Amino acid sequence: MLKKLAISAVAALTLAAGGAMAAGGAGHIEDVDFSFEGPFGKFDQMQLQRGLQVYTEVCSACHGLKYVPIRTLADHGGPQLPEDQVRAYAAEMSIYDADLDDDRPRTPADKFPESGLETAPDLSLMAKARAGFHGPYGSGINQFVQGMGGAEYIYSILTGYTGKEKEQAGTTFYENTAFPGGWISMAPPLAGEDVEYADGHSNSVHHEAEDVSAFLMWAAEPKMMDRQHTGFIAVLFLALLSVLLYLTNKRLWAPIKKAAKEG
Amino acid sequence: MSGIPHDHYEPKTGIEKWVHSRLPIVGLVYDTLMIPTPKNLNWWWIWGIVLAFCLALQIVTGIVLVMHYTPHVDLAFASVEHIMRDVNGGHMIRYLHMNGASLFFVAVYIHMFRGLFYGSYKAPREITWIIGMLIYLMMMGTAFMGYVLPWGQMSFWGATVITGLFGAIPFIGEPIQTWLLGGPAVDNATLNRFFSLHYLLPFVIAGLVIVHIWAFHHTGNNNPTGVEVRRGSKEEAEKDTLPFWPYFVIKDLFALAVVLLIFFAVVGFMPNYLGHPDNYIEANALATPAHIVPEWYFLPFYAILRAFTGDVWVVMFASWITGGIVDAKFFGVLAMFGAIAVMALAPWLDTSRVRSGQNRPMFKWWYRLLLLDFVVLMWAGAMPAEPPYSTISLIGSTYWFAYFLVILPLLGVIEKPTAAPATIEEDFKAKVAKSAAKAAK
Repeated sequence: MLKKLAISAVAALTLAAGGAMAAGGAGHIEDVDFSFEGPFGKFDQMQLQRGLQVYTEVCSACHGLKYVPIRTLADHGGPQLPEDQVRAYAAEMSIYDADLDDDRPRTPADKFPESGLETAPDLSLMAKARAGFHGPYGSGINQFVQGMGGAEYIYSILTGYTGKEKEQAGTTFYENTAFPGGWISMAPPLAGEDVEYADGHSNSVHHEAEDVSAFLMWAAEPKMMDRQHTGFIAVLFLALLSVLLYLTNKRLWAPIKKAAKEG
Repeated sequence: MSGIPHDHYEPKTGIEKWVHSRLPIVGLVYDTLMIPTPKNLNWWWIWGIVLAFCLALQIVTGIVLVMHYTPHVDLAFASVEHIMRDVNGGHMIRYLHMNGASLFFVAVYIHMFRGLFYGSYKAPREITWIIGMLIYLMMMGTAFMGYVLPWGQMSFWGATVITGLFGAIPFIGEPIQTWLLGGPAVDNATLNRFFSLHYLLPFVIAGLVIVHIWAFHHTGNNNPTGVEVRRGSKEEAEKDTLPFWPYFVIKDLFALAVVLLIFFAVVGFMPNYLGHPDNYIEANALATPAHIVPEWYFLPFYAILRAFTGDVWVVMFASWITGGIVDAKFFGVLAMFGAIAVMALAPWLDTSRVRSGQNRPMFKWWYRLLLLDFVVLMWAGAMPAEPPYSTISLIGSTYWFAYFLVILPLLGVIEKPTAAPATIEEDFKAKVAKSAAKAAK
């Protein structure tokens, strides 16, 4: 009875969770082995910096990151740029200031600009707003090990172009194996060697896509490493508390059970 | 409080007597904590404390979130991102609140199905059960309105679909919907009233929880055997019971620690697992998501809502007999609320005089099927409304109603129950002996 109930409860949870994720069209999502996956996953600082470079030199032409404060580029668990670099980076972008009634250079306290192209979605939360993995029968069980696959979704879009184009109502669509429906209006943004990495890392399409996907995952969930750390400490303390309470409970009930056995 | 005879608080020192004669608050706390509790309660009885914890957690984290949240259609989504990125510890507070809602529902469902198996709803505990169902309804309302507040795509479209249900009521539906929304569609007025009510309802729940606890403190707890505590004298009652403090407080706290261990692992390592990715896209009245899926805890009833389409004969019959007033949409709404109503009526639909499912050989199997049905409905609710899922939902919904309206009343007549232990003391002794024998092996 008890076991049955427990199994049903667990099944209900996992099924429901997966089901809730099942929405969305089916594109082919490549599983990438990112460094930030799993309970002990960490962002790769160098990868985030490379991803920021790809974002700045390629994506930001059309897309924005309007919820991301520029100062967070220096934060622990992020790209961790030195503060003078963050200041210099911010100053390259301008912002309209109502007090001055004019544009001024951005400061680290400002946020990244919004999308420049109206049809280009903001990328601040893109890595959390798409689920790459849905699991067998919408069960989503694979998300336990693979994560939700938002970063993988971005990677797969960036590398999923087949080269085919079609025109419809005046708009050009590009065939993409990862995009729901198969045709996307974004032209292939990466061709390989789009950026020159300072650390000499390969700048093939796949590496650039991986780096910018990792960067966008950080942009969507900048406190991930803090959160995992908090979670880990909490689990550790609760495990200790559970053991202590288990022993207390056992000791407390021992005389009662002894009396029941003898009586 | 009356009920099972036990020791009551006696003020001893001068100051205790002084306070007690003016405000017997110490006595109230003492009597509440020292309530005689059946010795033989098993681990399914720990979810009450988890629920109390959830309510406190949601209220505390919620109050902090309100300090940083802005209920306005242009600012709500950004203010949630502000909490996630700028507020110290804000990401943790929000994820605790978000997943706290899920833990709340995990706990309430286990708590309810425990009651359904051990017959906790039966006389004399009907009012405890009914208050519990009211709490459950309030929880659903609170959770639904809370989900609207981040103003993501699922917030907006979920609100549109669910308030649309009220629009299905014949004649008065549309005025009611407009009144609920504060306008013709989900907009700033809706967000503001949902925010206000989302803050209010938890305190109403807290009040109902006190009544819920009061009620079962009066009747005494049910227990796995369903046999009542002997209450001829204090000595007799003491053979069947132990005071809640410390025996059950420590047991419950141990269980709570284990539950929280899992909860914090989810919050720390996969906080968005139970959420929907679309809710990280700001609400847009011009772009409908491909599938509008409610939160997991609404899915079984969402499946029932969608199961009764126009081509089901019951729906066609209802439509014919009412001259088209009850259409498929309204029928679905009635079915959804009906599914909860039949659960609330379980005390009167269950005709068996035996309380616990342990002593009901046939009931056991139908009950297990109901559990399975609940899981299947939850899964079907997340699937698109098309075959084979619509058929599965319909079968599942039919069983849900059949269980409460046909099986429970019939079983009481045809089933031959097995003998329950004569006393709780006897059951407790047998259990201790059994676990000792197991340990010896």
